[in-house]
Amino acid sequence: MPKPASATAPPDAEPVSSPRRDRADGPAQADELHIIGRRNLKYEHLAKATGGTKYTADLKLPRLCFGRLLRSPYPHARVLHVDTRKAEAMPGVFAVISGADLPERYGIMPSSQDETAFAIDKVRYVGEAVAAVAAVDELTAEQACNAIEVLYEPLPAIMSIDEALDPEKPRIHEDQGGEGNIHKEVHLEFESPEVGFAEADHVREDEFFFEGNTHAPMENHAVIAQYELHGKLTVWSSTQTPHYVHRELSKALSMPTAQIRIIAPPSGGAFGGKSEMFSHEVAAAALARKAGRPVLIELSREEVFYCHRGRHPVRMRIKTGVRKDGSITAMHFQSWLDGGAYGSYGVATTYYTGALNTMPYKVPRYAFDGVRVFTNKPPCGPKRGHGTVQPRFAIECQLDKIAEDLGLDPVGMRMRNAVDPMSGTVNGLRITSCAVRDTLRAASQRTDFQARFRKLPFGTGIGLASSVYMSGAGLPIYWNPMPHSGAMVKIDRGGGVAIYCGTTDIGQDSDSMLAYIVSEVLGVDPIDVRVCSGDTDLTPVDLGSYSSRVTFMAGNAARQAAEKLRDLLLDVASERLETPRERLRLGGRRIYNRDDTDRAIDFIEAVQAAEARFGTLAAAGSYTPPKLGGKYKGSGVGPSPAYSFTTAVAEVSVDLETFELHVDKVTIAHDCGRAINPMIVEGQIEGSAYMGYGEAVMEEQVFRKGLHKKPSLLEYKIPTILETPALESIIVEGPDAEGPFGAKEAGEGPLSPVIPAIANAVYDAVGVRFDATPITSDRIMRALDRAKREGRIAEPAALAG
Amino acid sequence: MLRLTPFTYVTPASVAEAVQLRKQYGDEAAYMGGGTDLLPNIKHRLAEPKFVIGLRSLREMQSIVREESGGLRLGGSVRLSQLEHSPLVRNEYPALADAAAVISSPQVRRVGTLGGNICLDVRCNYYNQSEHWRRAVGFCMKKDSEICRVAPGSDRCWAVSSADTVPVLLAHGAQVAVFGPAGERLLPLEELYRDDGLVPMALQPDEVVAAVRLPPPNGLRVVYSKLRIRMSFDFPLVGAATGLALDVDGMVRQSRIFLTAVASLPMRVRAAEELLIGRPLTDELIRAAGDQVFRSTHPMDNTEGSIPHRKRMARVYVERALRDFARANPDA
Ligand SMILES: Cc1cc2nc3c(=O)[nH]c(=O)nc-3n(C[C@H](O)[C@H](O)[C@H](O)COP(=O)(O)OP(=O)(O)OC[C@H]3O[C@@H](n4cnc5c(N)ncnc54)[C@H](O)[C@@H]3O)c2cc1C
Ligand code: SF4
Repeated sequence: MPKPASATAPPDAEPVSSPRRDRADGPAQADELHIIGRRNLKYEHLAKATGGTKYTADLKLPRLCFGRLLRSPYPHARVLHVDTRKAEAMPGVFAVISGADLPERYGIMPSSQDETAFAIDKVRYVGEAVAAVAAVDELTAEQACNAIEVLYEPLPAIMSIDEALDPEKPRIHEDQGGEGNIHKEVHLEFESPEVGFAEADHVREDEFFFEGNTHAPMENHAVIAQYELHGKLTVWSSTQTPHYVHRELSKALSMPTAQIRIIAPPSGGAFGGKSEMFSHEVAAAALARKAGRPVLIELSREEVFYCHRGRHPVRMRIKTGVRKDGSITAMHFQSWLDGGAYGSYGVATTYYTGALNTMPYKVPRYAFDGVRVFTNKPPCGPKRGHGTVQPRFAIECQLDKIAEDLGLDPVGMRMRNAVDPMSGTVNGLRITSCAVRDTLRAASQRTDFQARFRKLPFGTGIGLASSVYMSGAGLPIYWNPMPHSGAMVKIDRGGGVAIYCGTTDIGQDSDSMLAYIVSEVLGVDPIDVRVCSGDTDLTPVDLGSYSSRVTFMAGNAARQAAEKLRDLLLDVASERLETPRERLRLGGRRIYNRDDTDRAIDFIEAVQAAEARFGTLAAAGSYTPPKLGGKYKGSGVGPSPAYSFTTAVAEVSVDLETFELHVDKVTIAHDCGRAINPMIVEGQIEGSAYMGYGEAVMEEQVFRKGLHKKPSLLEYKIPTILETPALESIIVEGPDAEGPFGAKEAGEGPLSPVIPAIANAVYDAVGVRFDATPITSDRIMRALDRAKREGRIAEPAALAG
Repeated sequence: MLRLTPFTYVTPASVAEAVQLRKQYGDEAAYMGGGTDLLPNIKHRLAEPKFVIGLRSLREMQSIVREESGGLRLGGSVRLSQLEHSPLVRNEYPALADAAAVISSPQVRRVGTLGGNICLDVRCNYYNQSEHWRRAVGFCMKKDSEICRVAPGSDRCWAVSSADTVPVLLAHGAQVAVFGPAGERLLPLEELYRDDGLVPMALQPDEVVAAVRLPPPNGLRVVYSKLRIRMSFDFPLVGAATGLALDVDGMVRQSRIFLTAVASLPMRVRAAEELLIGRPLTDELIRAAGDQVFRSTHPMDNTEGSIPHRKRMARVYVERALRDFARANPDA
């Protein structure tokens, strides 16, 4: 269906800043590139568009049987007894397993080994897995689950941050974290913020709340496990981190990784929600081993809500000092994260709510206090923009207030504070390429922001915000000195090129990215390239599709591998063409003299000559980030080899009678270094903006009576195409010296400024601040009623109620 | 995945045979139009019929025909998308086409039927959930338990009538042709509904809603407005059908106001209707009618959205409709 209200920059639109010269590497001029920067077709686009793509649950294996998990109906209870005998005796049931079968603890963070495949002593949220069944069909598996008898002793449930901070309340984990239900505390201070507050002309303190929300990928999680007689286990799973699942599954099953193969089939979306191992993956493997048959487990949508690992609800308090001209002198940022029942990535999330707050504006003195608590809800974890979306909402809303306090233009104030390229932050982050000012300029000019801000009629408004994100975490989840990404490239005698890389394409088009980069280096067409990704047996390790790391890291690894082969081809071509290597170029399936392009040999000819000379044409490349980050505890979270920058402008209107909020348009300017394929970058920008829009106005993962209030896509609101604002993406290019062909990230960064831009626009429209998400009609109604009662806004006729 | 429980699907050749089959299978059987309400309910284990009697392909229930009175007869198996697009409906009962068009999504409208919408089970967000979820929160009076989770002290069920077309049909004064073992009977549609979430319909289990009969509008204009969070998929959080006929001198001759999604039945706001009769549509009168709507509306916290906002929107929608009528009749 065509988008009714979406406008992207026309295909031939000029990038806002013209590409600068690559400093360190590569073909210097864009006009020498054949593939990079063009709107090439996506890898295997027709299969996706026509339904041909086979997702995990589409795979068929002989003798496949069906697994199902029994889940806890209590938010917090002791598990006194699990009796599976009745279930085991049922006809059609092949295997039943429960906590005692899989006692090994695991967890994605080495410091949070707090989960088991099934609850053993306690259940800690409604939906936690307690046992599992494999049976001849799903219905039998369901009946067998109902036949499992579990004796619970209910315990009081902890359902809020405040309850969790109360040391008098019962503890959810006896052996994790600190006092009460505190999971993690972080306290960092850089350059004495007190001094900065003393120097300030104006100090503001505000409190914000960001509601939790979830990823809601189209594809529900699914897994198939097959245990072969020779003792090897193969697991197909809709995951975005096959390498981490590999490691965790080995631990949970007490089985060497060498015997386990994880395959990540094409994924129907993930957004961070499939970036660690889940109970159903362990269950499928253990059931397959016990049943001697392959087992499929396909989660229901409700179960996906229980897997969660989504956006943490975060309460935030910020104190910011500024001079009269708007320059920031100091910031003290405090966050309280509602973590749910387990650690998941939460330690990292906690740090992330503080780590990137020293960008994209200079904060010379900074303090951060973060606290994550356990509650009896599905565990929170990483969602697109991991841990940085909530503080970005708070900071950008506060800056809007500060600009108003000081009578400053919000764009100018941001310009004044913007960080510079080739600089650093007070908390030890290295900044290389940086076009944040270009994004501010582009987005505000395109929307005529300054001419319209505070000048629109009551009920309509415009708001702006900027942000920063990483192009890959500088450190892996578990400490190790090995590469973060590896790729192999092989060239067939017929000219076909195969790439093997541990990446997972979760819809962000990492397969396409690999194909473009390798095609560019070898001078072939992307159609000549086959990508084999996400298979721990066949592909070198890539850490996974998270923290927007794949283009930067796997792109560099693939580029390096391809360049090794290119060098061999150039050796033979240089000889044949009697031309020095430096003058040779690859493109259009030829190797040619750049000064005399008719002097060329065909790619296939060069390949065959090279194979005859050097043997099989295969090479590996890898990428390890440079050493980054400060020297304090916690400095590992935040460093990245490069940062992307974004500015978003939202235009809104509020119906003053129904209090419905319409976001009419979102314009996003994003600095992605270089767009490997502008069409895909725009897709990522639009997808991010759409997701941010949903989080701003309707999404909320909320609980009632100890359990998820709305675990379905009917009740949990994510926007449809009909509400989605018109979206305009502006790609700002400022190539990064270390990124592949200058590229940085585009998959996550564009999300976070959209939410505060909308909140700021709503204030511009109706003169009332919304310091908590989501901004629903009900909240707008209450706020306008209050403002009217207190005489803060004049009473438009329509507001009488 | 959520799966259906196994059942046998039978396709009778006539309404009479359908009723006969229903009698034969007894309470193990259920009628089905498009199944867009029944099938999710089976997946949630709210119903587990062993036999499902399909009504959707019954020719005699599929047509929209002109009646001698000048009104329309709409077959019970007419699809929502047909109502949405039929020129007859669009021209003569535009609010009905509007109401059909705001039901769920295009896919659901292509299979969902008018009869199914009329017989749509009342809804509650403690009830329309999976078996696991209901077990976790505690089963309720409507199925498997004794107490109401929304109003634990109450001795009744407050599940919400949520159909979009019904308030419009009622505002038009529709009659319904019900086919049972004794043949067809005709009754006002209003009499089909009861203010009771447990037994929301005065329909015998073996009776089929064969057709709806709409009287000619005779100057009655109806406007339907619906509150929902998204522009597709979402059930009404409140829906208002405001029907009005004006005299030549601009006095209100006839008024009918029905709200959906605020009570266990499509709620008629008689107090507001009576206020309007015989008076010209002044701003004050419109406000007074809006006040009545606001005061008569008592939604419970068992749908999405908030109670205060839903109440307020009931008023806004009725007032907006009345203002539209007033504008269209400058004499008034
Ligand atoms: C995601 C989703 C969103 C929805 N949103 C809306 C909405 O916004 N507004 C709305 O009004 N509805 C909504 N619905 C409900 C439903 O789609 C419609 O009400 C539809 O009209 C039901 O018609 P059906 O033929 O599919 O009903 P069925 O599921 O076939 O039947 C519903 C009930 O009526 C009985 N029945 C059906 N036909 C007859 C008959 N002729 N005589 C006697 N009994 C009969 C059945 O036994 C069953 O109990 C939604 C459904 C879904 C799944
Ligand atoms: S209103 Fe009460 S009894 Fe009725 S379905 Fe809801 S919780 Fe159950």
